[in-house]
Amino acid sequence: MSKIHVSTSVNGEPVEFLCDASASMLDALRGPLGLTGTKEGCGTGDCGACSITVDGRLVCACLMLAVESEGHEIATIEGMAQGETLHPLQRKFLEMAALQCGICTPGVLISARALLEKNPDPTEEEVRFGLAGNLCRCTGYDKIVRAVLETAAEMRETVR
Amino acid sequence: MTDIRYLAPSTLDEAVRAFAAASGAARILAGGTDLLVQMRAGIAKPGTIIDIKKIPELTAIEDLGGGAYRIGAAVSGAVLAEHPTFGKAWPGVLEAVNLIGSKQVQGRASPGGNLCNGSPAGDSVPAMVAAGAVVTIQGPNGRRELPVEKVPAGPGRTNLAPGEIVVAFTLPQRPKGSGDAYLRMIPRTEMDIAVVGMGVNLTMEGGVVKAARVGLGAVAPTVLLVEDAAKALIGTKLDDTALEAAAAACRAACKPINDKRGTIAYRIKVAGVLLKRTAAIAARRAGGN
Repeated sequence: MSKIHVSTSVNGEPVEFLCDASASMLDALRGPLGLTGTKEGCGTGDCGACSITVDGRLVCACLMLAVESEGHEIATIEGMAQGETLHPLQRKFLEMAALQCGICTPGVLISARALLEKNPDPTEEEVRFGLAGNLCRCTGYDKIVRAVLETAAEMRETVR
Repeated sequence: MTDIRYLAPSTLDEAVRAFAAASGAARILAGGTDLLVQMRAGIAKPGTIIDIKKIPELTAIEDLGGGAYRIGAAVSGAVLAEHPTFGKAWPGVLEAVNLIGSKQVQGRASPGGNLCNGSPAGDSVPAMVAAGAVVTIQGPNGRRELPVEKVPAGPGRTNLAPGEIVVAFTLPQRPKGSGDAYLRMIPRTEMDIAVVGMGVNLTMEGGVVKAARVGLGAVAPTVLLVEDAAKALIGTKLDDTALEAAAAACRAACKPINDKRGTIAYRIKVAGVLLKRTAAIAARRAGGN
């Protein structure tokens, strides 16, 4: 069966690609679009390694068909830094060593950004619930949670 | 899996025609958080996928006035949470919908999918049952309505006829002094499947329960409407005797299974405990504080 042509927007850029009807958004990102920052962990929506946003809402790229992205706005980890300037979350994660192997990190960062956009002043508990869909097998989460809280505080200062 | 056909009709009539024409080889795609996992595991092998999210009626949230709402079956939990007034009228329904999976899953998963997946442990279903939601269904023979508790038929099965699609949930008007709540028991603190799910919806007047509905999940082949528990609450001030009678009615309604999340005895006990806790939250909300 012939491939389906999809027009969408990724990180603010209009893109087009061809895919099978059964291909996931994750397949399309990592395949034809060449954006391998979004990781595949479980493929069943449990681990959050493939977290992206669609029209600003957090989703697992593995739980969405690539064809469903037609006409929507996709944001991935590749769009998080502005050129050489890291997003405050990325910078803080490095400063505070909130990662070890790094596989979960793109997904964690996308989720953390989505959380802070909705709630710029989260409690520790809110951060833990906000990131409950992102599994990390290295850090024990503590450094991640602290880095998100620190970033939130810093971003609130900057806004003032 | 390259032979799958993907359709995204923009009208319900087209969707129903395509679904009926596929005679069982098609699956409806709303959020896809169950369907894509089932496809990946080889449990679902649809020849056609019919995406219903391009149909305006399926993704709309309508404020019908007086606390009544109509929620499209494919509205995601995240979109429902962003609605300016829905969560004030129906906090219990909203908290139940927003307990389905992680934030990522809530970005896609819908109450229609949660219902049609047919899991006895679906979180939104007991809250919808307690709310008295009516489900609009459209199929090859036209449109019909069913109380939400009549839709599930057993684990993974529904009473929908071939070719029928769930269109929307209609939640009734809220009399003054109404409140609802949903609680679930899970072994973890987040991201797990309910051992017991409890929805309670109360209308209070002068501290006395005027109307009550109780929805109970994860303790029987389908989510249950526990009318005896509601009867035990109506006309009371939610004193200990009334709450214990309602808890006993919930325990009596349980026909649970043993599994890794909880034993039969544990689930039955928890059903009673959750009734009391959930009713207390619903009553507080009904009182407006």
